[in-house]
Amino acid sequence: MDVLDLARWQFGITTVYHFLMVPLTIGLSLLVACMQTAWVRTGDRRYYAMTKFWGKLLLINFAMGVVTGIVQEFQFGMTWSAYSRFVGDVFGAPLAMEGLVAFFVESTFLGLWIFGWDRLSKKVHLACAWAFSLATIASAYFILAANSWMQHPVGIELADGRARLTSIWAVLTNNTVLAAFPHTIFGAFAVAATFLVGIGAWHLWKRTDEEPVWRSSLKLGTWVGVVAFAGVAITGDFQGKLMFEQQPMKMAAAEALCHTEQPASFSVFAIGDVTRADCESVKSITVPALLSFLAHNDFTSEVKGLDELVPLYQQKYGTNYPVDERLGELSGKPIDYVPVLPVTYWGFRLMIGFGAIAAGAGLAALWLTRRGRVPRGRWFPLAALASIATPFLANSFGWIFTEMGRQPFVVVPNPSGVDGVWMFTAQAVSSSTAGEVLTSLVVLTTVYGLLACIEVFLLRRYVRAGVAGVIPPPKPAETDDALTFAY
Amino acid sequence: MDLATVWFCVIALLWLGYLFLEGFDFGVGMLLPVLGRDETERRVLVNTIGPVWDGNEVWLLVAGGATFAAFPGWYASLFSAVYLPLVLFLVGLIGRGVAFEYRGKVDSDRWRSRWDKVIVAGSWIAPLSVGLLLTSSVLGLPIDANGDRVGSPFASIRWDTVLGALAVAGYALVHGAVFIALKTEGDIRLRARRLALRIAPVALLPLVVLLLVVQLHSGSVWTWAASIVVALAALGAMARLYLGREGQAFALMAVAVVGVVVALFGALYPNVLPSTLDPANSLTVADTASSPYTLTVMTWVAAFGTPAVLVYQAWTYWVFRKRIGTRHIPPVHVPTS
Repeated sequence: MDVLDLARWQFGITTVYHFLMVPLTIGLSLLVACMQTAWVRTGDRRYYAMTKFWGKLLLINFAMGVVTGIVQEFQFGMTWSAYSRFVGDVFGAPLAMEGLVAFFVESTFLGLWIFGWDRLSKKVHLACAWAFSLATIASAYFILAANSWMQHPVGIELADGRARLTSIWAVLTNNTVLAAFPHTIFGAFAVAATFLVGIGAWHLWKRTDEEPVWRSSLKLGTWVGVVAFAGVAITGDFQGKLMFEQQPMKMAAAEALCHTEQPASFSVFAIGDVTRADCESVKSITVPALLSFLAHNDFTSEVKGLDELVPLYQQKYGTNYPVDERLGELSGKPIDYVPVLPVTYWGFRLMIGFGAIAAGAGLAALWLTRRGRVPRGRWFPLAALASIATPFLANSFGWIFTEMGRQPFVVVPNPSGVDGVWMFTAQAVSSSTAGEVLTSLVVLTTVYGLLACIEVFLLRRYVRAGVAGVIPPPKPAETDDALTFAY
Repeated sequence: MDLATVWFCVIALLWLGYLFLEGFDFGVGMLLPVLGRDETERRVLVNTIGPVWDGNEVWLLVAGGATFAAFPGWYASLFSAVYLPLVLFLVGLIGRGVAFEYRGKVDSDRWRSRWDKVIVAGSWIAPLSVGLLLTSSVLGLPIDANGDRVGSPFASIRWDTVLGALAVAGYALVHGAVFIALKTEGDIRLRARRLALRIAPVALLPLVVLLLVVQLHSGSVWTWAASIVVALAALGAMARLYLGREGQAFALMAVAVVGVVVALFGALYPNVLPSTLDPANSLTVADTASSPYTLTVMTWVAAFGTPAVLVYQAWTYWVFRKRIGTRHIPPVHVPTS
């Protein structure tokens, strides 16, 4: 493998991994802040126990999110230095803003929240939980603004062969981020909701301690879940329509749609290899005209296929890579504008599929637990527990789809304006040696793999212990200087 | 002063915040097995930085992000050239960050002692590699006209950058000991104070030599002055520590690190990354700076963001201002199996 492939694998692995922690943190932190608010307002011990229990799981997860996030901040410079030089004027700004405005708040107020239980007044302590939670959401906004700019560059001009920022407002209000942000945030709440439902149902089944805690958690999870899944679907549809406009190739690749169709049918499932060469031989189960609707809200419209798009791209962005030794083997070679179809096609379906399973499980849980019922038997808790994995998978496949779907570009050309600002992934990589990137790829993957095992081990342990695992028995009456919360 | 120079100063300021703040929590990690004689003492040590280490670390992330935004060429060339040391640095930070959070989550001596090893290793690796990174930027790297490194992946490892690595680690070690003396009570406090005084002459030596090397390489009158401030402040800090005035000693350690940053960044300016191959290839503040518009936007963000950060981080230190000792450490309460 050459530097480019290694660098892409590394970016993919570290980013997908990081994004396992991120949505759980975003979703759970707000829910914990709500639980704590309920406790502060009502004084009901149940809400205190919920805050402590879910808060502990949040911390175990957040620690991993933080440390894997550091890698993200550095790796643009490390492995994508040509990209960094080309886009730094624009792309660095949201990253720096994230640090200054969001990440400082997040880390500082989380420290205050963890250690402040007996040092701060109840209300100030609660405010710390909210500051932390809102900062995680703000953080997501800036990062998504940066990513959306790569998908759909706006607010820039081309100057001296580089992208130059002309309007930060345009970057921060890019319609791509306005669509991606709610989609991602609802996705994060879907993760947290499924987490609450699965673990709550398990405890109710096992009849461990503190039944009201698990009942309330389950109820909160089901309702948040229903809203979140509806939100994901609606914003996803909106985002899809935008994507048909902004990145038609990505959407054609999502469908492996070889030929332009009118009306276009949506492929539910394909049998055989989804590659371009096999276009004709793939048997696919389709829903007529659905794709036209997904693309344009209209059952009769035309959706462009790969065959028609490729010549358009060649005409606009060239047929061959420039001759440049930095491009290595690709120098002067024809550009393949079609993303890796099996990845985009199946990535898209797995995103929707796992999302639908998770949503179905959420709806089922809502129905089965209506008016305080608890289903008997083991299948409900076990299914709820198993479905915790589904929104994580849906999120990961969504990202894999959207990032693989924009290849061969790292900065996708904006079809309506901003001339000349785009970049091929092959041009973006550093001049590092393959040995260096291979070393970091192996080291980081090993470390991440090890840490994943440890995190799962710890989460499982704390989940099983329930409330008793996080609230110490009442202290003896004699005076005691001990901190109520410490490492 | 043009905006690019302002941003050069902002980046220096972020490095200052980082070296000062995370400096002591690296030191606490390095000294964990030395000053923490038993589990309760080790918990005292970890808890001195518990509420703040994560916030301290963000200074570097923001320094990285701000360099990306304000000087993309500097960010790209430096980070890709010093690739492997940076990977090591990241692994060190990952390890110790997780270790702080996880070490107390299972009640087992073996579990804790393993994480303690990770904390110690990470707390050494991170300042060593970040020192190497910073010194490479100040003293230069073999970069070509495109800003790319020429030569082996280990081109950044030279006697002078290794000296820089030792300088930062040595500073962190002493700074950590002073911080522990300031933040703890009883026996640990006395031991930390004695230890700081005993190790300072050796641990701070690389820093003094580094400053001499840098000044001989590209010093000016005022960076020489800053270097002298460093030496005087460090001596003063130890003198105050000897008299048991930990607060003053800590403040003087802060003055010393201000001097270090002024001396290093002052010697670097107007370059951001000199080329050791050909001065014509050196990256400068002017060439690598982002457009005036971007810098203006970032200036507004920093003008509102930075004071807020300083206020709420200072408040955190105020909230957790009390010294802690073994009597504050609660019994372990974690799930069993």
